[in-house]
Amino acid sequence: MKSLIAALALSTALITPGLAMARPVTLTVNMADYGGRPAYLAIYVTDSSGAYAGSLWMAGGKTRYYRHLSDWSQLSGGDVAQVDGITGASVGSGRTMEMSVDLTDALFDAGYTLHIDAAAEDMRDSPNEIAVPLTAAGGGQAVSGRRYIADFTYRL
Amino acid sequence: MLRQLHRWPGLLAAALILALALSGAALSMFPAMERLSSPAAVQGQSIGDLAAKVLASHPGVEQIRRSPSGKITAYWFVGDVAGAAVVDPVTGMDVGSADQGAVQRWLTDFHRSLLLGDSGRYATALGAFALLILSLSGAMLVARRQGGWGRWFAAIKGPWAGRWHAELARVAVVGLGLSALTALWMTAATFDLLPVDEANPAMPSDVSGQTGMSPAEMAALQDTPVADLRDLTFPYAGDATDVFTLTTGAGTGFVDQGTGKLLAWQAPGPWTVVGEWIYLLHTGDGAALWGLILGLAALTVPVLSLTGGLIWWRNRQHRPHLRGMVAASAAETVILVGSEGGSTWGFATSFARAVQDHGQTVHLGALSTFLPQSYKNAKRIVVLTSTWGDGDAPTSAKGALDRVKKAAPMAGVPVSVLGFGDRSFPGFCAHAEALEDAFRSAGWDMPMPLERIDRQSPQSFARWSRAFGDMIGLPLNITHQPMPPKSTALRLVSRKDYGESVQAPTAILRFAVPKAGLWHRLTGRGFGRFQAGDLIGIVPDGSVIARLYSLASSRADGFIEIVVRKHTGGLCSGQLLALQPGQLVQGFLQPNPGFRPDRSRVPLILIGAGTGIGPLAGFCRSNRGHRPMHLWFGARHPTSDYLYAEDLAEWQNDGRLTGLHTAFSRVGLQNYVQDVLRDDAEVIRRLMADGARVMVCGGREMAQGVRDAMTEILYPLGLSPAMLKEGGRYAEDVY
Repeated sequence: MKSLIAALALSTALITPGLAMARPVTLTVNMADYGGRPAYLAIYVTDSSGAYAGSLWMAGGKTRYYRHLSDWSQLSGGDVAQVDGITGASVGSGRTMEMSVDLTDALFDAGYTLHIDAAAEDMRDSPNEIAVPLTAAGGGQAVSGRRYIADFTYRL
Repeated sequence: MLRQLHRWPGLLAAALILALALSGAALSMFPAMERLSSPAAVQGQSIGDLAAKVLASHPGVEQIRRSPSGKITAYWFVGDVAGAAVVDPVTGMDVGSADQGAVQRWLTDFHRSLLLGDSGRYATALGAFALLILSLSGAMLVARRQGGWGRWFAAIKGPWAGRWHAELARVAVVGLGLSALTALWMTAATFDLLPVDEANPAMPSDVSGQTGMSPAEMAALQDTPVADLRDLTFPYAGDATDVFTLTTGAGTGFVDQGTGKLLAWQAPGPWTVVGEWIYLLHTGDGAALWGLILGLAALTVPVLSLTGGLIWWRNRQHRPHLRGMVAASAAETVILVGSEGGSTWGFATSFARAVQDHGQTVHLGALSTFLPQSYKNAKRIVVLTSTWGDGDAPTSAKGALDRVKKAAPMAGVPVSVLGFGDRSFPGFCAHAEALEDAFRSAGWDMPMPLERIDRQSPQSFARWSRAFGDMIGLPLNITHQPMPPKSTALRLVSRKDYGESVQAPTAILRFAVPKAGLWHRLTGRGFGRFQAGDLIGIVPDGSVIARLYSLASSRADGFIEIVVRKHTGGLCSGQLLALQPGQLVQGFLQPNPGFRPDRSRVPLILIGAGTGIGPLAGFCRSNRGHRPMHLWFGARHPTSDYLYAEDLAEWQNDGRLTGLHTAFSRVGLQNYVQDVLRDDAEVIRRLMADGARVMVCGGREMAQGVRDAMTEILYPLGLSPAMLKEGGRYAEDVY
């Protein structure tokens, strides 16, 4: 578990003096039994206009495969520095990934959307597998994925 | 050095390389199976046409991919449920599952990481590196063994393990080397050690904002054939700002969904292009036949591992064990040995021990390793060498002559050469003499004249050791009793007698094959494996020196057969001819790889006289593949010493023997085999023009007579026995 404030602070949209006003948020990704090799997941946030706001986590360490996370790749410009220090292992079929991130209050109920792109080798790319608005009320509610992710939950 | 470089990666990484090769060979079949099972491509079909068809059958289509083999897979959504299938480009309809089979996935993971994740990838990369070193050093060893790169595909001789090793390796080495090299590249790419320059054009900001155009009408998709397609990703349903993303072999671009125009395009960088070729070369994905070829090359690895291990093990067994031996650079006395069967090593070891006993440091090594600049502390160099054939270097002295000629002499380091041989051969100690000459002309200090040891005489050796000791100021008097190879009791099963009436008592003796264990069979030691033309050493009672006889049978015949003629006063032949069925003699097998038919289908010209017919008859008997074999045989009288007469007639009937020409010296024309050869000159020239090989077996005089006759016969063709020998087309077994 890593603190992700630093990474988010890189994005101009989120540079606020209120960095201290952060709260721990638990992200839980339950993978579906899709039966292939471990999947790469990019978890990132866009603002109300759909513009890239920052990355929260990258599951999968080999940067040459990041272009298969095609929305993340387009929005972030494929910039590996965006996930520097917030990269972990890819997530296997049927597994669960849980992590805690410190997110600024400013992200909630302000039109921000959390996205997850997923891809696995020799299988389809699944950009925008998850797209869930960040709201205080939405915390704790499971959202279904389309191909690789059974469901996703964030808890404040 | 080259050998070390080949040996250690081979021994240490054998299991790893074996695992990679076998899984690789299994994987090599998948591209071919995919190619066979994929629906046929439509000639000249455009991507637009294909996309429209898929869109018709799957309105929620999101992505269409084309694999290098031509398989087209579509991915779609129905509501929130994802679907995927292989589609037929003709109809756009599903024809099979899109998911890779579990077997292929498991094999792939095993092949690239041994199912161990990244640490496994490092291990397999290590295996690939070992394989690369093995391929490069192996290729150089083959070139060296063959006498140059130009003779890469020349016939290979030698004991079976080495022969098969080189035989397979010279065909497979390119595939294996390429597999290893491409594997290393792919690993480097996986670990981000290579630059990434895949096409990644910037998303266009300015799109038409319209939707609803059929892909079949889009110019950008209509202009590109399906054969170039890699991937076509559809815009999000309902997002008018999104675009088609098209990837072909030439690059990636975006297509406006309202106008069908190409909005942006970028070609991949050189690293990506090279990387794709590397991937194709390694996997055969998109080149199914190449994949199968690589798979076959990989299948040689188990055999190469086994034969390589055996070669190493045998060399180890043959290497003398000299306690207290020092490195070549530290030794005061450097002893170099040229030996074929190992007996010279025995003398050298006795000599080395005697020198050690006087407190001297000694290095004992093969003559082929001669490297004077490494003998930093040497006070003297001693060379003990036998001779192979008519004056060639024995196995452990291969290449030594050239090294001596090239190396600069060492001041103050005298060289002594001791030759071993059999005085009854014309090339007695010829290799030792050649070495002596080479050392002298290179300017080495040679205080002792060349000494020649006849038939492993312990007395001559002791005499030489005393003289050598006097020279270096050490009292040496070495008695070395050569040990014959471990012999086995052989039981006579039957005998057939000839030649009594022409004063040349001769017998074909047939012995039972002694039981051989699995290890002997595998390693070819003992009587586990033998062929006609190999030698059998018989140790007569009352002697330690073995006499060698050519084998007239192979292991597959199920018996050991030799032809023996009684020599006046001959100890061994006398005992053999007195042998009755059921009685035993002591014998051992000595492979004779220099006198074996090659495996090709070119005609064989077999020439023999007297007992020399033995191995030639064995070749005919084994000729179940009916290769053209023509035998010229000389004897004294057709009713007395016409050896194998009935067998030859039978083999001629059933096709094992193509032509039979006989010469009898005591009846009719009273001629010798070389006379008949001259009479048949036309036949021989025709056979030679077809690429025939010649094998001669018999006494020394007869062999010389045949060589003279063949020289005349071959002259019009511009050939000579010497040239043919060079090319491995003229072999002699002479006694």
